Amino acid sequence: MFDNLSDKLESVFRKLRGQGRLTEEDVGEALREVRLVLLEADVNFKVVKDFVAAVRERALGQDVLKSLTPAQQVIKIVRDELARLMGDGVDNHLDLTARPPVGIMLCGLQGSGKTTTCGKLALSLRRDKRNPLLVPADVYRPAAIEQLKTLGRQLGVTVYESLPGQDPVRICEDARRYAELNGFDTLIFDTAGRLHIDDELMGELDRIKASLKPREILFVADAMTGQDAVNVAQSFNERLDVTGIVLTKLDGDARGGAALSIRAVTGKPIKFVGLGEKLDALDVFHADRMAQRILGMGDVLTLIEKA
Amino acid sequence: AKTQASLVGRIDTLLRGSKAIDADLLEELEEILITADLGMKTTQDLVGALQQRLQRNELTDMETLRRALQDELTARLRLEAAPLDLSAAAPFVIMVVGVNGVGKTTTIGKLARQFKAQGKKVVLGAGDTFRAAAAEQLGIWGERSGVEVIRHKEGADPAAVAFDAAKAALARKADVLILDTAGRLHTKANLMEELKKVRRVLGREIPGAPHETLLVLDATTGQNALTQARLFNEAVEVTGIALTKLDGTAKGGIIVAIGNELALPVRYVGIGEGVEDLRPFDPEVFVAALFKKNDAHLDS
Ligand SMILES: Nc1nc2c(ncn2[C@@H]2O[C@H](COP(=O)(O)OP(=O)(O)OP(=O)(O)O)[C@@H](O)[C@H]2O)c(=O)[nH]1
Ligand SMILES: Nc1nc2c(ncn2[C@@H]2O[C@H](COP(=O)(O)OP(=O)(O)OP(=O)(O)O)[C@@H](O)[C@H]2O)c(=O)[nH]1
Ligand SMILES: [Mg+2]
Ligand SMILES: [Mg+2]
Repeated sequence: MFDNLSDKLESVFRKLRGQGRLTEEDVGEALREVRLVLLEADVNFKVVKDFVAAVRERALGQDVLKSLTPAQQVIKIVRDELARLMGDGVDNHLDLTARPPVGIMLCGLQGSGKTTTCGKLALSLRRDKRNPLLVPADVYRPAAIEQLKTLGRQLGVTVYESLPGQDPVRICEDARRYAELNGFDTLIFDTAGRLHIDDELMGELDRIKASLKPREILFVADAMTGQDAVNVAQSFNERLDVTGIVLTKLDGDARGGAALSIRAVTGKPIKFVGLGEKLDALDVFHADRMAQRILGMGDVLTLIEKA
Repeated sequence: AKTQASLVGRIDTLLRGSKAIDADLLEELEEILITADLGMKTTQDLVGALQQRLQRNELTDMETLRRALQDELTARLRLEAAPLDLSAAAPFVIMVVGVNGVGKTTTIGKLARQFKAQGKKVVLGAGDTFRAAAAEQLGIWGERSGVEVIRHKEGADPAAVAFDAAKAALARKADVLILDTAGRLHTKANLMEELKKVRRVLGREIPGAPHETLLVLDATTGQNALTQARLFNEAVEVTGIALTKLDGTAKGGIIVAIGNELALPVRYVGIGEGVEDLRPFDPEVFVAALFKKNDAHLDS
């Protein structure tokens, strides 16, 4: 089902092998294949351009031209470089080292998976012996509050009782006071989905941030997002200086190139991946696996099996 | 700052810069098309078509290039998509399907309002019994338009909801029945089987139903939307597409590839979260918007 980059590169280099030494042009041809694969995986056009330039530099600076297995060599460089850009070795743990109650705020486009991820985080925190309070700050979407309440009921996690028609900032502030009085050590703020170009609603997030000073601001993005991921992620990050990214719906067959785009424009760590609708379908992010997935080099199946 | 140049403006600029329709220009066009999510295959296909015209000396100036591109694009979008003819059946049954979070329930809420405004009697079926508060969500949409919603408890069998909704639509002599379904990824075989079963139940209760199987796609989605369309179509014979969230900066260009490969008509576009934010699909407006430039942040 997925284009196999290894096979393609092997064939590029096999074609060339008869002609003796590989030239810069040969590497160029291989990189055109890499470019195609990345674009098909939804990595943003300009991000691909920069990436291919970086790989070219590394490839030419090395002995790949003299190598007996140039295809494997180029693939290794591509994969390493990709994993590096995806944040290999970067600390992607949740940072909850602050005076309780510690705030975690989720934000993102409509339908990206914020509310579900709130539930998943609450479950994961509870397993870490924390005592989270879920805060429904989406007063716009029909039944958004009821959705979070239902998840809370399923998990046995308390959901703050907000009144419809209340100001979201006010809900968050009241919830903090409630948490302080009732011994909750973590606040999870579920905000309404919004477009990055909706200035008024983006301003609401500013105000929640200013008032609640959440330790973590997680940008929740759908793994199926296309080229526009760069615009969305950059806008959210510029406005809120997010602390991390959650990539949802990776249980499907999307190659997830948006992950690279988002990393490239925000520089922020991807902290979690969503692997299903169930509340335990949350995993920590693995840069190397993601790199392989974007390149179509396996791991999609293991990810699907896990879900 | 955001630049919002039209296709004409951009090609104009390109032409003035390069003075001729050459390889560089075609490369820039490629960039425009890819960043609109048309995908490599469709993009290369389009650029190839333009190159052929170029070699036949058909593209002499900006205007002919622009028109050629417009033609090539709209040809792939299957313009002849007719609007839904609700009088074709009574009740006319619409089953709404798609992956998670694309806007199915919201689109149903908007459709219910439109049909109601046309004087139709509408019944909604809350076929998403899985996601938390999905039925409540549809219930609120139903209240907004004064439309009855048939629902079961959370965790109930969606086929049973479909059965009851069909019975209710017949009993009330409704003109339209719209059935919501739970979001599901097209890769999940058991959930796709469930959808087929729901479809069979509708067909058993109301001859010819569903008369429309509407696939909802999110304009923000990249190349995966093509696989979604292919697999949903294989499972439940999609007859139309609603493309949502076009009020953002994503272009939804993947539907060009979908039109080209599957010949599925796009019936509606969603342009907001409000009850009025649903429009019939207009290929010309869509194609023009494809070329609006607003990836300001990455401009070099
Ligand atoms: N398959 C899959 N579905 C997911 C995942 N995360 C969320 N979903 C589903 O995606 C849909 C949208 O999720 P929500 O949590 O409601 O998204 P949201 O961002 O809160 O949406 P709004 O509040 O409307 O902006 C639901 O059907 C979820 O069950 C995931 O990792 N995998
Ligand atoms: N900006 C914008 N948001 C939309 C549009 N259509 C739907 N939405 C929003 O997208 C989110 C998801 O919409 P739903 O209707 O719940 O999507 P769904 O496909 O029913 O989701 P599941 O049932 O969870 O799979 C909600 O926040 C909607 O308000 C649109 O055209 N534009
Ligand atoms: Mg939500
Ligand atoms: Mg729904």
